[in-house]
Amino acid sequence: MSYITGVGLTSYGKHEGLTSLDLMSKAAELAVADAGLKRAEIDGILCGYSTVSPHIMLATVFAEHFGIRPSYAHAVQVGGATGLAMTMLAHHLVDAGVVKNVLVVGGENRLTGQSRDASIVALAQVGHPDYEVPLGPTVPAYYGLVASRYMHEYGVTEEDLAEFAVLMRAHALTHPGAQFHEPITVADVMTSKPVASPLKLLDCCPVSDGGAAFVISREPTNAARVKVRGCAQAHTHQHVTAAPALSELGAEISIAKAKQAAGVTISDVRYAAVYDSFTITLAMLLEDLGLAKRGEAAARVRSGHFSRDGAMPLNTHGGLLSYGHCGVGGAMAHLVETHLQMTGRAGNRQVRDASVALLHGDGGVLSSHVSMFLERV
Amino acid sequence: MAKPADWTQGVEAILYQSCAACGKPQYFRRGFCAACGATELAEKRASGKGTVYAASIVTRAATPETRAHVPYNIVLVDTAEGFRMMAHGSNDLAIGDRVTARFAPFAGRLVPYFEKVA
Repeated sequence: MSYITGVGLTSYGKHEGLTSLDLMSKAAELAVADAGLKRAEIDGILCGYSTVSPHIMLATVFAEHFGIRPSYAHAVQVGGATGLAMTMLAHHLVDAGVVKNVLVVGGENRLTGQSRDASIVALAQVGHPDYEVPLGPTVPAYYGLVASRYMHEYGVTEEDLAEFAVLMRAHALTHPGAQFHEPITVADVMTSKPVASPLKLLDCCPVSDGGAAFVISREPTNAARVKVRGCAQAHTHQHVTAAPALSELGAEISIAKAKQAAGVTISDVRYAAVYDSFTITLAMLLEDLGLAKRGEAAARVRSGHFSRDGAMPLNTHGGLLSYGHCGVGGAMAHLVETHLQMTGRAGNRQVRDASVALLHGDGGVLSSHVSMFLERV
Repeated sequence: MAKPADWTQGVEAILYQSCAACGKPQYFRRGFCAACGATELAEKRASGKGTVYAASIVTRAATPETRAHVPYNIVLVDTAEGFRMMAHGSNDLAIGDRVTARFAPFAGRLVPYFEKVA
């Protein structure tokens, strides 16, 4: 048994002058306070990584900086899936009685701490150093390859993909912490600068500064009762060259295992938080997870199914595409927003019912997957 | 014995390994077969023929060396020998096209470059 007892999130965008440790600390402070705990009550720390300030022992660097002497601490690295992978580990750690309160934290000054080109180059290194990287691919190109195949096999169009960018932007408009505050249309997405076909600038998440953190505890520490109901992972490959067929990707494997672990079905889910580094990522994952039939996710966006007042509200904070993406913290914002929704604290973004939520993270090029069900009890 | 060199080492060749035990071809060179673990692998030279599996034309590159080449087409090709590889291709390639490889300079190196079979 484990509960998410506190969450913390900074705004995403530019935080001029703040370091990765500063952003991690800000989010951690918020999460610990939200859980109603003192720093001394945190006995476990899990953190991600910073591409701006790489370190071989980031968890203890952070623990010392933040003023905690934990009995369990280390970093975790699975790209965009890191936040949920850390949450899964924290869940098992408290469930096994290893520690009582785990602080999970991610934060990076990825936007102002280095040039955009440096970010793009650093991230492209998820590719194979000998057989892929020398060809000059970028992360949008890796996903552009996947998108080209997905569109070919399932008849998805560029206009379909654009719908996801428009939806995430519409959601971000209602969150003061989001990086983008200007509404966009499908036409805006279609005419935005080409990046790596079929993906255009507005199909891609931005580079951001920001931080996010949660506390996962064995027992409730406050009025919030958000329980980790069950979770699972799947890792099928690292490099897109070695990826399996579209019908055998890891999201389908991890969701099947998570459903079994949690004892729930997709029809029980009331709120969805799904990784959206690119519009194609979101389209594919929604369909892989069973939140839409194959090739029909865009139609569900158009019908309002994934809107705040729809049957399956999705990433109501604006997702990576419009709240922003600061690396490890990026998709952790999805969990923070889910927690706010589940505890009735989402203000003007509040959905009717978020009693059971499905979260899904993806790292690499659809390489690493974590699926997780949360339940309000 | 020295392993034969391929395009990743500046030689105009696409090489792959074929497992003597299970017969599976693999493209990323290593000392064992990733499918079955056997260590007896034959180093083979691919014909350069294949079919386009996926393609993405890069217009936003991140280094001065690669920016000089935009737009360039990154392709995944399913080779006649049964392995998949990443390469460059002409900008008019579409999924399903039958292609053959030559080699082209890119950012100070030599890379496989696929074109449609007439």
